[in-house]
Amino acid sequence: MRLNILSIVLTLAGLSAAAPSLSFEIERQKSFTSNSIEPEILRIISTADIELFAPLITGFQASNPKVTVNYHEVSSTELMRALQDEKAPYDIAVSSAMDLQTKLANDGLALAHSSVATTLLPGWGKWHDYVFAFTQEPATIVISTKDFGDLPLPKTRQDLISILRDHPDRFRGRVGTYDVRSSGLGYLFATQDARTSETFWRLAEVMGNLDIQLYCCSGAMIDDVSSGKIAVAYNVLGSYAMARRDAQDTIRIIAPQDFTTVMMRTVLIPTTSQQPAIASEFVDHLIQAAWDENSSTSDYPFPTINRNPAASDTSLRPIRMGPGLLVYLDKLKKRRFINEWENAILQP
Amino acid sequence: MNGMLKGTGSIRWRLIVQLLSGAAILTIILILIVRSFAQQLAEQSQDNILNASLTAILDASSIQQGELTVDIPYSAFSMLSNLSNDRVFYRIDQDGAFLTGYADLPKPKLRATTDTPAFMTSTYQDIEIRMVTATRLLALEGRPIELQASIAQSRNGQAKTLAEISNMVMLFGSGFFVISAIIALLAAQSTVGPLKRLAASVSRRGPHDLRPVTASVPEEMAPLVQSLNQFIQRLDTSLTRSEDFIAEAAHRVRTPLAIVRAQAEITLRRVDKDENRATLKEMIRAIDDSSRAAGQLLDHAMVTFRTDHLERSKIDLGALVGETVDRLQAVATLKDIVFTYAEIDPTQIFGDAILIQNAVQNLLDNAIKYSPVESDISVELTVEAPWVTLSICDQGLGFPKTGAERLTERFARGDNVSGIVGSGLGLTIVDEVIQAHSGNLIISNNPNGVGACVSISFPSS
Repeated sequence: MRLNILSIVLTLAGLSAAAPSLSFEIERQKSFTSNSIEPEILRIISTADIELFAPLITGFQASNPKVTVNYHEVSSTELMRALQDEKAPYDIAVSSAMDLQTKLANDGLALAHSSVATTLLPGWGKWHDYVFAFTQEPATIVISTKDFGDLPLPKTRQDLISILRDHPDRFRGRVGTYDVRSSGLGYLFATQDARTSETFWRLAEVMGNLDIQLYCCSGAMIDDVSSGKIAVAYNVLGSYAMARRDAQDTIRIIAPQDFTTVMMRTVLIPTTSQQPAIASEFVDHLIQAAWDENSSTSDYPFPTINRNPAASDTSLRPIRMGPGLLVYLDKLKKRRFINEWENAILQP
Repeated sequence: MNGMLKGTGSIRWRLIVQLLSGAAILTIILILIVRSFAQQLAEQSQDNILNASLTAILDASSIQQGELTVDIPYSAFSMLSNLSNDRVFYRIDQDGAFLTGYADLPKPKLRATTDTPAFMTSTYQDIEIRMVTATRLLALEGRPIELQASIAQSRNGQAKTLAEISNMVMLFGSGFFVISAIIALLAAQSTVGPLKRLAASVSRRGPHDLRPVTASVPEEMAPLVQSLNQFIQRLDTSLTRSEDFIAEAAHRVRTPLAIVRAQAEITLRRVDKDENRATLKEMIRAIDDSSRAAGQLLDHAMVTFRTDHLERSKIDLGALVGETVDRLQAVATLKDIVFTYAEIDPTQIFGDAILIQNAVQNLLDNAIKYSPVESDISVELTVEAPWVTLSICDQGLGFPKTGAERLTERFARGDNVSGIVGSGLGLTIVDEVIQAHSGNLIISNNPNGVGACVSISFPSS
């Protein structure tokens, strides 16, 4: 088959590059153009790094050469604002914030989709016919090998608490985690941690005592651990950390053995889609790349999916999709949680 | 007599239609009842879960540090998760003012209280939802505040369950109807069966079989059979009476006729005048005619009576024919008619000797009567198992070309024999005798020349 996609134009836009009519914030965008004379446009709004996600798009274009893909990278809260408040015309929404994706579907902003591909998914891999998971990404602790040189590696949150308590001077101002107020994924991880174990709050207290650094994204945390600016980053996307081959000597990725929260990146088709047919094919492409054991996974940039996570490792806690995820999105509940979090983390 | 009776509707079809419509109505009622029951059950279970969820939310509300907090438990929503595409909406109000959730969720129509939650089916975001609302009173700084919470869920799951149950019920209903239909057909068949059997047994009867019906019939048909039997009885009585009357009348006429004939013969001898003699001869001829008719009417009555009560025995047909030929030899000789009759070996048949003799005599009488002077009458008896056949052929006029088949009816005569005395009963008598013996009568013209041929055959014993 002859590929005729190949003029890929990479545009790294500035913060204010969004279209004037839209008030949500696009961080970066990129157009994967087709050189077809009358290309069909597929608009994707996503929280995934462009570089990480690109192979899935080029893989899709290989079998759909007439489709030009416009990729907008945003934060999960901006994605929510774009679709819920602005009703921006996107054909695909990819997000790591499973709770927000579930809310979009629950509030009737997602199109139902079912096909042969969607039957590949197990029941826990989708929320009805609206939201489909296509990755499994653990929340990990990333540490700097240099700073932990003489210390035992923490295997659990308990270990981490002990180490941080025993060496406050070494770690003061050098501990990082998500700012749950701005990051949807950070909020999801924190609420799931809090739901699973009280240990989270003790860890938060300890980290708060050490003048914690707050981040918007996993990438920035990995950068800072790698460069030695901070020594420990908590709740970092393991998939991003593993993808950073340049940093493998300076960082260690730890999946806590007491429990490891596993996030599933999900895709849905917004009701504002102008190309629902192509969008459906794109969703099927993602599902097949992730779940079809027979497909060539060369263009699948995420860790291979484990179809039976609970049986293989009892510490894995996949986040369950369902209306339960809506609970922490409740206005009062969220305010309460953030209050508590601020009390623990932001100590004067 | 045997005209087609026009029926007004069929009992069987009426039964089938009634039974089937009964089954159809029952099926529809069954389907409706089960469906509404299933719907109630599905609604009930959804209501129960919604209510449990709502209770969990209200329980989690409290006053903390002088402020109302509603800490929705994770389980309150996750318990609403099921296998269908059901979406969840909620809304919490404090003293009628919106606090959190979906602000545009419809308000309950009924007023909910602390003890009794209000359920409602409504539409939200263009989908049908089921909503439950309840309130809880809390005290904030000594002042009561009312917390009202609603939780709603779309009804896809319920619709799906209902559709599945409906399909199942339709399947059951159809099965029920099919079985009922089969039972209805069988019931109709078994109801009509005795009627058909009775009709068949009556129509199978021979023309003179006027015995009462004795076959066992269902209770409901007994009056019909009884009336039928009474009717047959009356018919039999009336037939017997008229036959008796004819026989009696013929008998009473015969004797005076014989006297009149004898007187006429005597007078004829005395009278010399030609024209008077001619008149007397004509008179004698008419008397003969009447006398013969009376005789045959008697014979016919006798035959009719005996065919109903056959006295069967073994008889030698050869000997019987021989005797009859001998007896009529004298009459034949008057017309110079010669019987050609070869006596053959004894031929046994099983039958009523008197009737058969009467039939043979009638045939021979006819042959003599219609034969010209100086002719031959051949009488032939052949045995060809399982039949014994007697053929009598004369050299007379033969049968008319048309209407020969009607000659066995009473008083029917050929249209070419008007000049010859006859009653039209001879062949009728023969035919009745033959039928009573399950034999055959064949009348034809002599294929080898002039004259008529009559063959009668009996089953050989």
